[in-house]
Amino acid sequence: MAALVVVMLLAWFNGRTKAVASAGAHPSTLHSLPGYSGTYLAIWSVLPAFILLALFGLFGDLLLNLQIRHSLPADIRALPAEQVELFMRNARALAFGGTASETSAALQEAARAYASLSRTSNFVVIGAVILLTIGGFLFARGRIGKNFRARNHVEAVIFGVLVVCSAIAILTTLGIVLSLLTESLRFFSEINTLDFLFGLKWSPQTALRADQVGQSGSFGAVPLFAGTFLITFIAMVVAAPVGLYSAIYLSEYAKPATRRIVKPILEILAGVPTVVYGFFALLTIGPFIRHAAEAVGLSAQTQSALSAGLVMGIMIIPFVSSLSDDVINAVPQALRDGSYAMGATQAETVRNVVFPAALPGIMGALLLAISRAIGETMIVVMAAGQSANLTANPLEPVTTVTVQIVTLLTGDQEFDSAKTLSAFALGLVLFIITLGLNIISLRVVRKYRERYD
Amino acid sequence: MDTSVSPATQTTDTQTAQQAPKVQARKVNVFYGNKQALFDVNLDIPDRSVTSFIGPSGCGKSTFLRCINRMNDTIDICRVEGDILLDGKDVYARDVDPVILRASVGMVFQKPNPFPKSIFDNVAYGPRIHGLASNPEELSEIVETSLRRAGLWTEVADRLDEPGTGLSGGQQQRLVIARAIAVRPEVILMDEPCSALDPIATARIEELIDDLRNNYCIIMVTHSMAQAARVSQHTAFFHLGKLVEAGPTEQIFTNPNDKRTQDYITGRFG
Ligand SMILES: Nc1ncnc2c1ncn2[C@@H]1O[C@H](COP(=O)(O)OP(=O)(O)O)[C@@H](O)[C@H]1O
Ligand SMILES: [Mg+2]
Repeated sequence: MAALVVVMLLAWFNGRTKAVASAGAHPSTLHSLPGYSGTYLAIWSVLPAFILLALFGLFGDLLLNLQIRHSLPADIRALPAEQVELFMRNARALAFGGTASETSAALQEAARAYASLSRTSNFVVIGAVILLTIGGFLFARGRIGKNFRARNHVEAVIFGVLVVCSAIAILTTLGIVLSLLTESLRFFSEINTLDFLFGLKWSPQTALRADQVGQSGSFGAVPLFAGTFLITFIAMVVAAPVGLYSAIYLSEYAKPATRRIVKPILEILAGVPTVVYGFFALLTIGPFIRHAAEAVGLSAQTQSALSAGLVMGIMIIPFVSSLSDDVINAVPQALRDGSYAMGATQAETVRNVVFPAALPGIMGALLLAISRAIGETMIVVMAAGQSANLTANPLEPVTTVTVQIVTLLTGDQEFDSAKTLSAFALGLVLFIITLGLNIISLRVVRKYRERYD
Repeated sequence: MDTSVSPATQTTDTQTAQQAPKVQARKVNVFYGNKQALFDVNLDIPDRSVTSFIGPSGCGKSTFLRCINRMNDTIDICRVEGDILLDGKDVYARDVDPVILRASVGMVFQKPNPFPKSIFDNVAYGPRIHGLASNPEELSEIVETSLRRAGLWTEVADRLDEPGTGLSGGQQQRLVIARAIAVRPEVILMDEPCSALDPIATARIEELIDDLRNNYCIIMVTHSMAQAARVSQHTAFFHLGKLVEAGPTEQIFTNPNDKRTQDYITGRFG
C-alpha cells in the first residue's frame, strides 16, 4: 500500500516534468495543465495494479479453496458437504498456523498443498502487480506529450470513480434488502404469512423442549404495528403543531435577536440522548399521567403509550421546527412584500402566501419526523413497556416493532429459530412501510411543486 | 376626501393639470438606522397621469416610493419623518391603518412576484382578504375585469387554474398588475416594472401603463431615460437622497433647470 503511494507521487512528478519538457519554452501551448499529465501518469501506474490487488483480496481465497478442493482424494470428496467443509477448515488452520480439531495424513497433505499454493499465488500476484505498475507507467508516459489530452482522460477516470462510489451506496442498500428478504423468507416458510401480518397475538417464545407448556409461540404482528402507530400518532399530535407554530414564530415574528437565542435552544432538544428522554418519560411523565388519570377515575399504569408518545413528541419538535423554519425562511421575501403591498396583514400573509409556498418542505419535515418516530426505540422500551397489547387506549402499555426487534435479537438464541427470524420479518415490513411513506411523501411534494413553481 | 376625483369618471390630460395633486410629500426625511436615505423631499404628484422617478442607483427612488404605501414600515430599521398626503390626508397619521392604505395604493415590484397559486387565486387574493366580493360570481367578475384591464385576459382565459408562476416573465408582470388593480386602488406604484423583462414584454407593459393612466395615478421608478420619456407626463429627478428637480417630462428632458439633471439625462454620469 505504502509502496503504491510512493509510486503514485513519483509518477505524478515524472508525468508533470515530462509534459512541461514536451512543451519546451512555451508551457501555455500544452493542451492540458502539466498537473493533469502527472495525475494521468499516476493513475495509470497505480490503478490497474490496485484493481488487481483488490480482486485478489476479494476472490483469491475462494479460488484457492476451490483449487484445493478439486485436488482432494476421492474418498474425502465423497463425504457429506458439512464434513468436507470441516476438513477444509482444518486444512486451512494447519496451513496457516491455527489449531485444527483433528489431524490425519490426508489433512496434512491438503494443508501442505494449501500452503504452497498460497505462497505461489502470492508471488504471482506480486509479480503481476509490479509488471502492471511498470507497464502502466511506461504506456502512459509514452502517451504524454504536447498535444495529449490528459485533462479529458483524467476527468473520465474521476467520472468512473464517482459512478463506482454511488454504485457502492446502492449495492449496499440492495444487499441489506436482500438479506432482509432471504431471512424473512426463511421465517415465512415456518410461519404462515397471513398469520404474521394479521394475527392479533404476539408472544414469540417458542417451546425449547417438547414438554414445556404454554409456550406455543404466536407471531401475530398486528399489536406491534398498532403500538407503533399509536405512539407515532400521539407523538405527531404533539410535535406537528408545536413544531410548526414555533417555526412560524421564529421565522416570521421573532426579532433577529430572539431568534438567535431561541433557535439553538430548540436545537439542543435534538441533541439530548434518547435514553435521557426515556427516563424522563419513565420517572416524571409516566407517574404524572398515572396520578392524573386516577384523579379523574381512570386506571392507568406508569408505562403507557401516552407517556412514550408525549415524550417522543417533545423529542421530535426540533426536527419539525428547525426544518420548517429553514423552509419558511427560504420563501422569497418578494412574495411577502407582494402580499403586504396588497394590504394583507402579517397573519394573512403567513397563512395565505408563506405557508402554502413552504408546504412541500413542511410536508417533508413532517414525514421525516414520522419516520424518526417510527424508528425510535429507546424511549418506547423505557416508557411504554414491552407487553404486546392490542389496544387503542393510550393509557395502557404497548410495544412497538423496533422494541420487539431489539428484544428478539439480544437474547441468547439460536440464530435460526423462528423467534430470531421473526425480527427480520418485522424489519422487512417496517422497511416496506417507511419506503411506502417516502414514496407517498415524494409524490405529494412533487404535486405541490408542480403547482407552485 | 376630494370627491371630485372618483375613479369612475374619465378625464382628459388638460383637466388633470389643474386638479389638486393626488399625492403630496412635505419635508420627507427617511433614515435606515443612522444613515439618512432621503433629505427634505417636497413633491406634488398629479392624479390620472404617469409620474416617473429617475436618478442613479441608490439615490432613494425606491425608498421614496415605499413611503407612499408605507411599505417601509415592514423594514425594522427604517424611520420616516415628514408628511405624505394622499388626497390631502396624511398617510402617516396615527389613525391610518397601513393595511387599509395599501389597498388603495397598490404596488408592482421590479421582479414579477406572483404567488405560488393559480392565476385566478392570484388576482382574487386582494378581493378575498378585503372582502370585496359577496359571492363567487362577483369574485369571478372582478378577476375577469382586472385581467382584461391588465391586457392578460385573452392569453389566460382558458387556463385560470394553472399556476401563475408558469407564465412568462412579461405575463407574470401583467398578472401582478392585474392583482394590484383587483383591489381598486387609486394609486399604483411601480418600482422598475420592466427591468427584468425583454424588449417586447417591456413594450406591452408600457402600453398597459399608458392605458391605466386614464383611471389611476401611476408612479413609476425607471432606469431607462427613454421609457420615462415615452410613458410619463411628469418626471422627478433624485440625486444622493435629494429631489433635484421635478416637472413635466418634456421640460425635464429638453430644458432642465439643474446642471445635475442635465448631466444625468445626457448620460454624463449614471
Ligand atoms: N432595507 C434597507 N436597509 C438599509 N439601507 C437601505 C435599505 N434599502 C435601501 N437602503 C439604502 O438607502 C439608499 C437608497 O436606496 P434605494 O431607495 O433602494 O435607492 P434606488 O431605488 O434609488 O436605487 C441606499 O443608500 C441604500 O443603501
Ligand atoms: Mg430601487
